[in-house]
Parts: sequence; C-alpha cells; structure tokens
Amino acid sequence: MNDHQVHIDEHRDDEGAKTGMWIFIFTELLLFGGLFIAYSVYRYLNPLAFHLAAEELDTTLGTINTVILLVSSMTIAMSISAIQYKNKKLTLILMGVTLLLALAFMVNKYFEWSGKISHGIYPGSMTLQEASRGELLFFGLYYAMTGLHALHIVIGMAFIGYVMHLVVKNEVQHDNFVILENSGLYWHLVDLIWIFLFPLFYLIT
Amino acid sequence: MEKDQHTHIVKYKTYVYVLIALLFMTFVSVAVTEIDLGPYTVTMALLLASIKSVLVLLIFMHLKFDKKFYGIMVASVFLLLACVIVITFMDYLYR
Repeated sequence: MNDHQVHIDEHRDDEGAKTGMWIFIFTELLLFGGLFIAYSVYRYLNPLAFHLAAEELDTTLGTINTVILLVSSMTIAMSISAIQYKNKKLTLILMGVTLLLALAFMVNKYFEWSGKISHGIYPGSMTLQEASRGELLFFGLYYAMTGLHALHIVIGMAFIGYVMHLVVKNEVQHDNFVILENSGLYWHLVDLIWIFLFPLFYLIT
Repeated sequence: MEKDQHTHIVKYKTYVYVLIALLFMTFVSVAVTEIDLGPYTVTMALLLASIKSVLVLLIFMHLKFDKKFYGIMVASVFLLLACVIVITFMDYLYR
C-alpha cells in the first residue's frame, strides 16, 4: 500500500482534534484566570501582608524554573518541525529533552516546597495559624496555584511521554502528527501560566 | 485539503530567536523589580509577561501560521477574561 492510499482510507479530522484541544485549553485559562483574580483582589485588600509574605519566596529559584520552562517550550515546538522534516531521531531527542527539563522543574519545586515546609510554612501549620490573615491568604494561594500548575506539569509529562511512545511505533509521522501538536499546545499552556505566576508570586514584592 | 495547515514548517532558527527574546524579557523583568520603580514595578512586570505570552501564543503555539479562526477564538477568550477582571475590580474599587 503506498502512502497516497493511506490518506484516502484514513478517517481523521486534524482540524477537529486541534480545535478540541484549544477549547480544552480555554477552560484551563479560565480556571487559572479565576485564581489570578482571587490573588489580585486579596493582594489589593492586604497589600502589606502580601508584600511581606512574597519576600519569603526565592526569586533565584523562580527564575531558574522560568528559564527551564521556556527552554522546554522551545524544544517541544522544535520537535514538531523535526517530525515534519521526517527526522524521527531528532523528534525523539527534542521530546526527551523536554521531559528532562520538566523533571528538573519538578526537582526544583520539590526543594522549594520542602524548604518552605521545613520553615513551618504549609497549609494548616502552627506558624501560619499565628500569622496575619493576609499572609495566610498569600501562602494558601501560593500552594494552590503553584501546586495546580505542578500537577499540570506532571500531566503534560505523561502526555508527552505517551506521544513519544507513538513516535517510536511510527504511529506519529510527518503527515500525521496532530497528537504531537496537541501535546505541544498543552505544554505551551503550562508555560503560559507560569509566565504570569512567576512575576505575581516571585517578582512583585 | 485538511492538511493545508500542516504545510508550513517553522524553521528551528525562528524558535531559537523567540527563546532568546523570551529569556531577555525574563531577565529584564527580574532586573526591573530589583530596582525600585514604585507603582510602576507591577505594571512593568505584567506588561513584559503579556508580551512574552503573545510571543508564545503566536510562534510556539503556531497561531501566526494556523487558520485565522484559532486566533480569533483565543483573542475572544482573553477578552472575556479581561472583562471579568475589569468588572471584578470595578466592584472592589468603588464599593
């Protein structure tokens, strides 16, 4: 069977698949958008407490994680070009690099969170119960928003890992790669959310 | 043909340039918050974040190369989000 026949026999709708992914991304944007509004309103109501609490966060660690996510976003975007150039090996390398960078992000997050927890800053801790209402809100939002974001990183890693498996099995190829594009879109969404989380939590003090 | 949207292959070089721009803006926003600009710090940080997200949406997420209709949908969602933010803040600022 030559390539041409495969096209005719296949029942697939790339545009529909991609549109579906975008609509899912919109629901994610609105979910995080709601959290951003909650953060902004509470910051507006408790400016001093938020200022003091934000100084607790490590800007260097946040910057390193930003760089990691931006580079990983580039590598997954490049993997789509690589598959279009029919370069399977490079596609897999670029996806592998993305996964490794995602892992590095999570390791960083682990050290960041365990540092906070060892200082007694975690939801329901004695330190926070004695802290002001504003600080309580800041750290509550910090754990909820970066935690939800980290959950997205883990899901994104699983998604990209699954697509890598499909690339290995030649089920994703130069003329059939919409699932790779969709996993890329999801990964960029994770990057997009971090682009706003980073200044709001780590930079603006 | 349905595969029309796939005919455009983005060059690796384009992605590298975008990454350099994104990293540059990240370091600028870190530097800007180190020096105290008062109320402009928040504006500056959010402005840079917005420019970064537009770059990610247009190039990394292919909105620039895909059919217009994806871009219109994304713009509408951001417009909706902006409306909700403005309405919420009008409530808090003027109640």
